[in-house]
Amino acid sequence: MSVFNGSRSYVVRLIFLAVFLVMVGQLVNLQLFSNELNDAAINNAVLRKTVYPPRGIIFDRKDRPILNNTLMYDLMVTPAQVKGVDTAYLCRLLGIDTAEFKTRITTAIIKGFKNRPSAFEELLSPEKYARLEENMWRFSSGFFLQQRPVRLYPYNAGAHIIGYVGEADSGIIARSGGFYRPGDYVGRSGLEAYYERVLMGQRGVQMLIKDNLNRIQGSYQNGALDTAAEAGRGLRTYIDIELQQLAEKLMKGKVGAIVAIEPKTGGILAMVSAPNYNPNDLTGWDKKKNYSRMVLDVAGPLLNRAINGRYPAGSTYKPLGALVALDEGVITPAFGIGCSGRYYGCRRPVGCTEKWSGHSGNLRQAIAYSCNSYFSHVYRLSVDNPKYGSTKTGYAKWREYQSAFGLGHKLGVDLPSENPGLIPDTAWYNKTYKGYWNSCTNVSLGIGQGEMTVTPIQMANAMCIIANKGYYYVPHFVKKIDNETKADTILAPFRARHEVLTQISDEMYEIVHSGMQDVVEIGTARGAKIPGINICAKTGTAENFRIIDRRRIQLKDNSLFACFAPRENPKIAIAVIVENAGFGSTWAAPIASLMMEQFLTDSLRAERKPEVERIAAANLMPSYLPRLQFLADSTRAEFYYGLTKDTSYIRKFRRRSQLPGAANDPNAPADSTERVNNGMAILDSAQRQLRKQNQRRSHR
Amino acid sequence: MSKSKGTISKGVDPILIWLYLLLVGIGITAIFGVTYVEGEPVVSSFFSFKTDYSKQLYFFGISIVLATFILLTDSKFFTATANIWYAMGIGLLLLVFPFHSSVKGTESIIRFGGFQFQPAEFCKVCVCLALAKYLSRVDMNFMRTRSQLIAAAIALLPAAMSILQKETGLALVYFAFFIVMYREGLPATILVVGAAVAVLVVATLLVEKNLLAFVLTAIAAFVVYLMRRQVRRDRTLLIKIVLLWSLCVGIQRFGVPFIFKHVLQRHQVERIYSTIGRDIPAEYMKGETGEGTAENTKKKGAVDYNVKQSKIAIGSGGLLGKGLLRGTQTRFDFVPEQRTDFIFCTIGEGFGFVGTVTVLTIYLLLLFRLVHIAERQRSTFSRVYAYGVASVFFFHMAVNVCMTIGLAPVIGIPLPFISYGGTALITFTLLLFILIRLDADRQMVLR
Repeated sequence: MSVFNGSRSYVVRLIFLAVFLVMVGQLVNLQLFSNELNDAAINNAVLRKTVYPPRGIIFDRKDRPILNNTLMYDLMVTPAQVKGVDTAYLCRLLGIDTAEFKTRITTAIIKGFKNRPSAFEELLSPEKYARLEENMWRFSSGFFLQQRPVRLYPYNAGAHIIGYVGEADSGIIARSGGFYRPGDYVGRSGLEAYYERVLMGQRGVQMLIKDNLNRIQGSYQNGALDTAAEAGRGLRTYIDIELQQLAEKLMKGKVGAIVAIEPKTGGILAMVSAPNYNPNDLTGWDKKKNYSRMVLDVAGPLLNRAINGRYPAGSTYKPLGALVALDEGVITPAFGIGCSGRYYGCRRPVGCTEKWSGHSGNLRQAIAYSCNSYFSHVYRLSVDNPKYGSTKTGYAKWREYQSAFGLGHKLGVDLPSENPGLIPDTAWYNKTYKGYWNSCTNVSLGIGQGEMTVTPIQMANAMCIIANKGYYYVPHFVKKIDNETKADTILAPFRARHEVLTQISDEMYEIVHSGMQDVVEIGTARGAKIPGINICAKTGTAENFRIIDRRRIQLKDNSLFACFAPRENPKIAIAVIVENAGFGSTWAAPIASLMMEQFLTDSLRAERKPEVERIAAANLMPSYLPRLQFLADSTRAEFYYGLTKDTSYIRKFRRRSQLPGAANDPNAPADSTERVNNGMAILDSAQRQLRKQNQRRSHR
Repeated sequence: MSKSKGTISKGVDPILIWLYLLLVGIGITAIFGVTYVEGEPVVSSFFSFKTDYSKQLYFFGISIVLATFILLTDSKFFTATANIWYAMGIGLLLLVFPFHSSVKGTESIIRFGGFQFQPAEFCKVCVCLALAKYLSRVDMNFMRTRSQLIAAAIALLPAAMSILQKETGLALVYFAFFIVMYREGLPATILVVGAAVAVLVVATLLVEKNLLAFVLTAIAAFVVYLMRRQVRRDRTLLIKIVLLWSLCVGIQRFGVPFIFKHVLQRHQVERIYSTIGRDIPAEYMKGETGEGTAENTKKKGAVDYNVKQSKIAIGSGGLLGKGLLRGTQTRFDFVPEQRTDFIFCTIGEGFGFVGTVTVLTIYLLLLFRLVHIAERQRSTFSRVYAYGVASVFFFHMAVNVCMTIGLAPVIGIPLPFISYGGTALITFTLLLFILIRLDADRQMVLR
C-alpha cells in the first residue's frame, strides 16, 4: 500500500521545485535588476531639507547697515498631534473665533500637512507672541513656535530702493526652472530682486530620514551627503542713508521723485519716490494688510516714480538744448535774441515768463532767466541746421544727441523695471502728422515740453553728464559686493565709463555751467543758494495734463529742479520733481538745496532746519486724487459685484467712500432706493471711464 | 527500555529539528529588525514580553514545551484521537460565530483574556489528522468517487466555515490538501482540469472577452479538424468537444463575472486585479457600494500601495541587503503588516538576494525532507499526515512569498515559523512535531 502511487511523490517534489524556481526568478528580477526600486526606496525615506542661509545685508556708503536680519515667530501646527488643547483659550490669545480655528486646521490637513507642521499663523505680532510664549506649555501637543528670519529696516527709509522679500509666486518658480520651490522667499522688487543671487547666498541641503507618515526620524547616513548653507553676501552701496532720510522727509505729503547721483562714479546717493512707505510695513505681521492697502491706493505708493515716472522735463532740459546747439555750431555763447515775453517764430506763440529786454542777450543769461523764446529758437536752429538738408534729418540728429544724454532709453540702473521715457522718432512724427511737419510742429521740445518725457533718474544722469563734461557711468547703487570674485559679473556694466558727449569742448561746458550757476546766483532759483558752494542748477515748471471724467484737465504745473554741485568738482547731481506743486523754484529748488547742503557739508545749518520742517509739513497732494480713488474703488466694487453678484462689495465700497449724493453727510445711511440706483449708475459710468483711461495710458 | 532521555530523541529526525530552529531563529531576528526601537536595551527587552520580538520568543518557548509533550506522547495517541481532534477543531470554529471579536475585518478570532486565538489556523492540524485517519482505514479504496468526495469534504468543511468568518486566505490553505489526495490516488485529471480552469480564469481576466471567445472557438475547431477521423467514427466525440467548448465559453462569459460580481468581496477583486496590473472593469465595481469612481480609484491606489512598497523594500535590498535595522522601507513603516504577512520584505531589504534565496532554500529543504520522510513511512496514516504537513507548509510559504514579491494577490496568510503571531507559530510547531513523533515510530504500523 505504501508504494502505491509512489511515483507521484516525484511529481509533488517537482511542483515544489518549480514554485521555488519561479520565486527565485522574481527575486532575481526585483533584487538584482531593478535599480528603480532602490531609487524608490530612497525617495520614500529620504527627505531633502533645504537649509536657508541668512540673506546678505545692504550697507550704505558709510558702512551702516540699512537693513538687518531679525527673527520673528510663526505659530506652527501639526493637526494630527492636536490633542486636549484648550482651543477656546488659544483662539482668544490669537483673536480669532473657533470657526476660524477649524478652518485653518482643515486647510492645513487639505494641503497635506496632517502629520507635518505648517504655519497656523505667520509672523506673530509682538503682543501675540508675548501672550503665546508664556502660555505655550498649554498648547504643546500639536503647536509650537518657529523662528523665521525677517528683514528689519532700522532707518525706516529706502523702501523703493531696497524692495521687499516675499514668497516666490508660481511665475517666479516657473521662470527659475526649478531653482525656487513653493514656500521659498525671494527678493520681489528693488535691490532685493536685482541682487537676489548675491543676497540669497548658497542654500544648503540636509538629508533626513522620514517614515511613512513623513515624520522626521533622523539624519541620513549621519549627514555624510549634507551640504552646508553659505550666508548671503553683503552689498556695499553708495547710498547715504541720512541723505535718504532727509529726502524722504522733504517729500512727505507730495507726489514726485528725487534722484541724487555722485557724478564721478554714477553711484546713486539717494532715491525717493513719493508717496512712499516704511519698508518695515512689508515685513511684519501686518504686511498683507499693508500691501493690499497700498496696492489699491491710486497715489501708487508701491510705484517707484524715480525710475518709472514719466514727466515733461520742462526748463530743466534747457542746458541740454544749449549744449546740442553749441556742438552743432548753430549758435555761439554770445548768441542772443530779443524777447518780450513771447516767441513769435511759429504760428502759435510760445509764452515766456520774463518780459524785460536783455534777459536773453546771450546764452548764459538765457539759461539763468530760463527764456522760453531763446530755447525755442535754439531748438529750431539745431533741427533746421542747413548742414543736414532737411528738418527730418536734423531732428534725427537732434534725437541722437538726446540719446547720448541718456534720454529716451533705459539707462540700466540696478533695479528691476525701469521706464525708458520717450523722445519720439521721426517715424512717429511722420505718422502723426502724415509727413507734414517741421521744426515749429514740435518746437515745445526745445523747452522740454511736448511729446518728450523723461524719468527723474534720466534727468539726474543728464546733470551728471553736464557736470562731468561729457561722460557718465550708468547710475547704480552697489559699489561692491562683499568677497567679490571674478564670477560676479553683475557689477561689470556699472564700471564702464560712457564717453558720450566728450567731443563738446570744455569751454562750451563751462559756458553752460556759468549759466546754470547764474540760475542760483542771480536767476530763477536764488533761494537755493548755499554759501561757499558754487551750485549749477536749472529750475523747471512743466505743464501737465490728465484725463479725468473724460476731460483733459490741465493740472497745476510740476515743480522741477535739476542741479549739480560743487561746480569745480561735482560731487552730487540731483533731479527733483514735485507733481502739481507749481514753480520749480518754490518747492523743488529748496528741496534740492537742502539735500546738497546735507550731503556736501554733512549737516544742515541751524537756520535751514525750520525750512526742512516747513517743506515736510506742506501737503501738496494733487487735488484730483480723491476723485481718482473714488473712480477706481467704485469700478472695482462694480467689477467684483458683476463677477459674484455679491452686494457686499458695493456695501463695503459705500462704507469706505461716500456717494456723491451723500457728499455733505458721509455718515448718512444710504438705504433709499434712489440713492442706490444713483450709486449703481455712477459705478457703471466709472468703470467705462477707467477702462478708457487705462487704454489711453497704455497708448502713451 | 525505560522512559529515559534516550527514548525521547530515539528515532527523532534531527534535520527537521535543525531546520525548524533555523526558521524560528530567522523569524525572531526579522521581527526584531522591524520592531526594535532605537535605544531600547536589547537583552532586557527580549525578556520583557512587551515588544513583539520578545512575545515571539515567549511563543517559541510555549511551542518548545508543547513539542516536548508531543515527543513524550505515544504515536498511537494521535491515531486514536484523530477524529476527536477534528471534532474539537470544528467545535472551536463553531464557537467563533457567537464569540468572535472583530480584528481588522476578520471575524475569525476569539479573545481569551489578553490572548487572541484563531481556530481556523489551529484547525489545520485537525484536518491533517482526520484526513490521515480517514485515508488509512483498512477498507479504504481511494479510487472510489465516494471516498474522494468524503476526503474532500473533510478538508473543505473548515474552509467553508473560514469563508463565513471572512478569512478567505486561511480557507484557501485547505485546498492544499488536494496535493495529499493527489498523492493518495486522486485522478491526475482532476488536477489537470483544475489547472486548466485556473488558466481559463486568468485568461478571462487578461484577455478581452469577445477575443477570448473567438480564440476558444478557434481551438475547438482546430481540435475537431485534427480529430476528424475519430469524429467520423464516433459522433459522440463531436458532442463532447462541443460540450467542452460551451463549458469553457460559459465559464469565461458567465462563470467568472458571476464570481467577481456576487461571490468575491470588493477588496478581493481589487487585490486580484492589482496583481495582474489591470484596472478593475467598471461592471465589477458597480452593485457593491454604488459610490463614485473617485473613491474607487483611491482604493485601488491603497491596494497597490502594500505590494508596491513591499516590492520596493525587497528590490532595494539588492544582492547583499542593507543590513539588519538599516532598511529604510521596513524600519519606517512604509510596508504595512511587515511583522506578520509581509515579514519576507524585512528579510529581502535587510539581507538582500542572498538572504531571500537562503530562506527559500531552507523551505525547499524542509519540504523535500518532509516528502522524503513521508515516503519512508510504513503506515498510511503517517504518510498522509506527512504529506498534509508538507502541503500546508508549501501552500503558506508559496502564497505568502508570491504575495510579497507581487506574483500573487494579497492573501493574508503567515509565513510558517517566521511571521509574528502566537497561534500560527504554535500551530506550525504542533503540525511539525506530531509528524516528528509519528516518524520516530515509523517502524510501527499505525491505524
